[in-house]
Amino acid sequence: MNDILLESPPYGLPKAEKQAILVGELQRLTLHHQRYCPHYQALFGHVEPQSIERVEHVPFLTVPLFKQRRLQSIPQEQVFKVLQSSGTTGQTPSQIILDAETAKLQSKVLVKIMQEWLGKGRRHMLIWDHPNVIKDRASFSARGAGIQGLSFLGRDHTYALNDDMTLNIDAIRDFYERFGSKPVLMFGFTFMVWKYGVQALAHAGVQLNFEDAVLLHSGGWKKLQDEAVSAQTFNHTVAEHLGSINVHNFYGMVEQVGSVFVECEEGHLHCPNTADVLIRQPGNWHVVEHGEAGVIQVLSAIPESYPGHSLLTEDRGRVLGEDDCPCGRKGKYFEVLGRMAKVEARGCSDTFEGSTT
Amino acid sequence: MTTERLKVVFAEALGLPAEKITDDLAYNSIKEWDSTAHMILVAALEDTFDVMLDTDDIIDMSSVAKAREILKKYDIEC
Repeated sequence: MNDILLESPPYGLPKAEKQAILVGELQRLTLHHQRYCPHYQALFGHVEPQSIERVEHVPFLTVPLFKQRRLQSIPQEQVFKVLQSSGTTGQTPSQIILDAETAKLQSKVLVKIMQEWLGKGRRHMLIWDHPNVIKDRASFSARGAGIQGLSFLGRDHTYALNDDMTLNIDAIRDFYERFGSKPVLMFGFTFMVWKYGVQALAHAGVQLNFEDAVLLHSGGWKKLQDEAVSAQTFNHTVAEHLGSINVHNFYGMVEQVGSVFVECEEGHLHCPNTADVLIRQPGNWHVVEHGEAGVIQVLSAIPESYPGHSLLTEDRGRVLGEDDCPCGRKGKYFEVLGRMAKVEARGCSDTFEGSTT
Repeated sequence: MTTERLKVVFAEALGLPAEKITDDLAYNSIKEWDSTAHMILVAALEDTFDVMLDTDDIIDMSSVAKAREILKKYDIEC
């Protein structure tokens, strides 16, 4: 990956400078995947990499395609790990093929982004999940991959839940006694932090007061919206049961591990140097203006071993601005509005099915 | 040359025989030294050499030789 993208402060590059470099990287990756991934070549072999002048020119794959095809741009003997995600539609898992270099780059980019929110020191880490989630080292689930990736930022990793998803009160109390007044990083999937974390603490009548903790959570609000829990309620309840905690939601997907969009103090999700988002209108798939809602496309300069550098997600969202967030960070900032309606999602994956068969 | 102490920490953390621990052994080049093992290794290095490694150190620690170089930064010769 380009050194300026990788080594500059992750939210430091203004639009013109970032786009010039990022487009070059995405162009290079498009050519690379055309050469080495037969499925990608079949879909996008006709795209002339030189014709990619802006991020919107980069062809995009749809996320369900990772369930239907083994998308791989490396020889089999270089496969180092396979990430698996069952996603929302169920049965067939997505398969994300990693070689050693892409896996390293994912960790590096993730660490650089998170240093911005956590500092460089490794915080004592409490994970709102159970330890068996990362048992199988060769094949991670989406949850396992998230935990594994973020564990580089922590020390004294402690799992807050038992295998049956009940609170491991002894582990939590022990962790609190040792590190309650020290820098702490908590991580979990949004719904699990809520349901098996803070709600279970409330039920058990436990109140802790961590003095210097950051809670990162991810995975989407859908289940919480069903229970009518807003971000405000979530943050408030976390504070009530765990103490004065900086809470940051982030958006990301297993198909682009390392590429995360963290929510700032203003509640905006931010694109780092190495990634970008576009919003497209379902049906004609044109890029819409800032402020208009549509389907989120995510672009990342990380994926070398599989063609995941430009993906149309199944989420709806809206770009709120670029380079001018009141928090001071550069880059596009946006919000996620929830999942795309089923019929729209089917429509867009059919488009690709048609062109490969 | 990889000295004994560093070799022992690596061998124990990665679950490998000591003779396999050479200067050019690289992170993610063998299944025994993956990201899970890396965290175990880092904790073992911190305990053994009484040092606190930051997140940059962890991602820079791409080989045995590099680990020694990073520890040297903290005035640890090994």
